[in-house]
Amino acid sequence: MDTIIKKSTTPDALSTSRLQGFLRWETFLILIVFLVCVMNSYLSPYFLDPWNLSDATFNFTEKALIALPMAMLIIAKEIDISVAAIISLSSTLMGLVAQMGAPVYGVVFVGVLVGSACGLFNGVLVTRFKIPSIVVTIGTMSLFRGISYILLGDQVVRDYPDGFEFFGQGYVYWVFSFELVLFVLFALLFYWLLHRTTFGRYTYAIGNNPTASYYSGIKVDKHRLTLFTLVGVMSGIAAVLLTSRLGSTRPSIAMGWELSIITMVVLGGVSILGGSGTIGGVVLAVILMGLVTFGMGLLNIPGIVMTIIVGVMLIVVVSLPVLITLYKNSLKHSK
Amino acid sequence: MLKRFIYSREGILSLIVLAMFFSVGAISPDFISLTNSIGIFNDTAILIMLALGQMLVILTRCIDLSVAANVAFTGMLVAMVNQAFPDISMAFLILLSLLVGAFLGAINGLFVWLLKVPSIVITLGTMSIYRGATFLLSDGAWVNSHQMSKSFIGLPRFEILSIPVLGWTAIFLIVLAFWTMKFSVWGRNFYAAGGNPMAAFYSGVNVGKVQFYGFLVSGTLAGLCGYFWVSRFAVAYVDVANGFELQVIAACVIGGVSIIGGLGSVIGCVIGALFIGVVNNALPIIGVSPFWQMAISGTVIIIAVIANASSNKDKARIILRKPDQASRFLSTQSH
Repeated sequence: MDTIIKKSTTPDALSTSRLQGFLRWETFLILIVFLVCVMNSYLSPYFLDPWNLSDATFNFTEKALIALPMAMLIIAKEIDISVAAIISLSSTLMGLVAQMGAPVYGVVFVGVLVGSACGLFNGVLVTRFKIPSIVVTIGTMSLFRGISYILLGDQVVRDYPDGFEFFGQGYVYWVFSFELVLFVLFALLFYWLLHRTTFGRYTYAIGNNPTASYYSGIKVDKHRLTLFTLVGVMSGIAAVLLTSRLGSTRPSIAMGWELSIITMVVLGGVSILGGSGTIGGVVLAVILMGLVTFGMGLLNIPGIVMTIIVGVMLIVVVSLPVLITLYKNSLKHSK
Repeated sequence: MLKRFIYSREGILSLIVLAMFFSVGAISPDFISLTNSIGIFNDTAILIMLALGQMLVILTRCIDLSVAANVAFTGMLVAMVNQAFPDISMAFLILLSLLVGAFLGAINGLFVWLLKVPSIVITLGTMSIYRGATFLLSDGAWVNSHQMSKSFIGLPRFEILSIPVLGWTAIFLIVLAFWTMKFSVWGRNFYAAGGNPMAAFYSGVNVGKVQFYGFLVSGTLAGLCGYFWVSRFAVAYVDVANGFELQVIAACVIGGVSIIGGLGSVIGCVIGALFIGVVNNALPIIGVSPFWQMAISGTVIIIAVIANASSNKDKARIILRKPDQASRFLSTQSH
């Protein structure tokens, strides 16, 4: 456990020895995922069915797509709680252009474009006016969803062109849905971006010490702007998938998603104070939350009880390392 | 004194609110009648009380996202107790709502104080937990007006000098908060702990404890508002006040409470809440669809924080002043 704590407080995931690399938060997550799998398949005979498991992935792939750039944003000491509102605005505008008779690629283009524009808008407010991102995105959260309400009111859009349903409902090969394949590709892309490029190193540097990064010549504001736009782009893509899966748009679409997305990121071992975390951890946390939701669904446990468990998990995950450190310190003092 | 007030943020903001109020009055004279003005204040009373609690939390560099869930839980609890024992005394029920609210707030506060866990993570978690607990408590059922006793529903509506008890409670709390935050050491400690935690620590202020008090007060007020909310709308269900925490934070931010901590005043906070209240009440009168409300408050938050961004620059200058000047500067900030 000691190494787990050390690892989670070190700036990044550079493992020095193989053993140390093994004893990490991510390993702990793998164990829990494995445990949940065993428990679920013991509790329900339907759990290990490939089609059932494939269905389960639909519950989290859209959120997970946003969790990836969100992890990078939180590592860089920022946060975006307007993501669900971006989905709503993007989905609304997709619906409106679909009603005007836009083809499939036109609808998708609008969805991603609106998402990127919203992300850019957040980024400009944060970097240009030096306002804390949490306040900015509380404001834009109301603004984006508010525009959806102005445009749609209590209406529902259902007139999506034929072929649009593929993104949210189609399968690429056997049980592998388009959403799942897209998530795997993006997870690899973000892994590469965060752990294998200078862009990723800069993200950690900014998260650990923005001032020092600035004085070492990193274009901090430009970097933040890029990250916010990235979150916007991915929210746009998630909006395309979700709209396509539901086949309809309401202004209240994806309500409350920002909380489960941030929970996924924090559960994945990303420090909410910035500076540490890995994409691997986030992906594991995503799988864990997906499996727990799915398993509880099989056991007929209501969704709202699930939110309690997610809440407890979130609190336990952030306070456990602190408790262990306190306990260790008290042992040292008593000696 | 008057001149200084007019040039302060609170002064400008109250001029804007008054201008809005009277320009709507020009369209519909009934809007500015005494009865309607009292009505608007009474409508905003719950928002004002919650914003006062939230201000204490934000002053100490924390945030309480669980207030709305606290309102829902406490409201449901007192409504169910009232349903089970219709003859129970109102004093007991109000005491119960205060205690339960304080307990839920204290849970947040203890995590922040003793474990130094970021408040946004804790309250994000407790928000889901309290909301889920409301479901477990009620099993998803509603408590409707005919299941509540007459005095339970009647108390907040009881008028003294043509202002309902709900309005009087808000007035009493505003006066109490104003006095506390200006003249008591306990209140000034919030500014000290948030303005410069390190300096506060060296001057003997227990920053963590002050943060705990912030959450305690925020929770207690949320408990009281739980009773008021449920009895005012004469219904209790799981989704009561869903998403209201953002309006509460918005009221604080519009009122000039800086999310970075240490800056903000009771008057600003109240005017920020009244701003939202006037907008909400004015929209139907000037014939704008209520669907515009969300986008308007989003826009206002963004404009308010951009305006605040300039005052945060002033705050950075504190470092450059001599100590005695700095303390004078700090004390004038709250005027």
